[in-house]
Amino acid sequence: MIRPVIPYVTAALLFGVGVYGVLRRRNAVLLLMSVELMLNAVNLLLVTSDTTVRAVLPQTGQVFTLFVIVIAAAEVGVGLAIVLHLYRLRASVALDGVPLTDAPPLDGATDATPAGPLGERVGR
Amino acid sequence: MTGADLLLLALGAVAVGAGLLVVTTRHLVRAGLYLVVCLAAVAGLYLVLTAELVAWVQVLIYVGAVVVLLLFAVMLTRAPIGASDDLDRPGWPAALVGGGAGLGLAVLLVDAFRWSTVELPEAGTAERLGAIVFGSWVLPFELLSVLLLAALIGAIVLSRPEIGASPEEERR
Repeated sequence: MIRPVIPYVTAALLFGVGVYGVLRRRNAVLLLMSVELMLNAVNLLLVTSDTTVRAVLPQTGQVFTLFVIVIAAAEVGVGLAIVLHLYRLRASVALDGVPLTDAPPLDGATDATPAGPLGERVGR
Repeated sequence: MTGADLLLLALGAVAVGAGLLVVTTRHLVRAGLYLVVCLAAVAGLYLVLTAELVAWVQVLIYVGAVVVLLLFAVMLTRAPIGASDDLDRPGWPAALVGGGAGLGLAVLLVDAFRWSTVELPEAGTAERLGAIVFGSWVLPFELLSVLLLAALIGAIVLSRPEIGASPEEERR
């Protein structure tokens, strides 16, 4: 017998902490860590509601949690590839220094291929 | 208050406290290590909530793989050892939004559940979860495998060194 309000409130607070971190941090790796906190809060909410609510299909919340964990692993893989690419291009992972529209100032790069949002040249 | 409640309270406090340290610490590497504490506490919460398989998957994938990847990223971006002062943006809007979201959701959930109790269901062992995944959720499961493959290929393509470098740079 448990009181479900305790893990529910934990999940809510963890989500708030994650939101704070996403908005506050300007280092891209720390931002990814905050995103992990938010994902964990959602997972905790799913598992808790699975124990609280009797659904038609039992343990559906836990299955969904497994799916979310897989998606989070994929997200971290691609996210870190992007962050490392950003670091290679700009020698910094500060997020508020990223121009969202133009190519980064590469010295010697004068070709006119269009640049993607993080400066990677697409269509080559 | 039963023993399970006390465990939930303690683990929840550890999780939220370590999460707060993750978003406030000035040391990049320590943020990753606090994240380990936070994720392990959440795995403990899963165990108390009878989600055995999810708890071990959490330990394997999050603590084992994701955190290691994040620490690799910290090192590959040549993060300074010791405290750094340029990690944060000005804080009060973030505190407002984050605190508002967290406390608002908490109030909502407290109001919904009050101090009610539930009986714990049967444990979500690997056997039961496997039967459910392959009984009811086969299609999402297979879709996820395609998604993982796509993410893998995407990460490899993004990490190829020649992308984004002009020919002159490649010669350097």
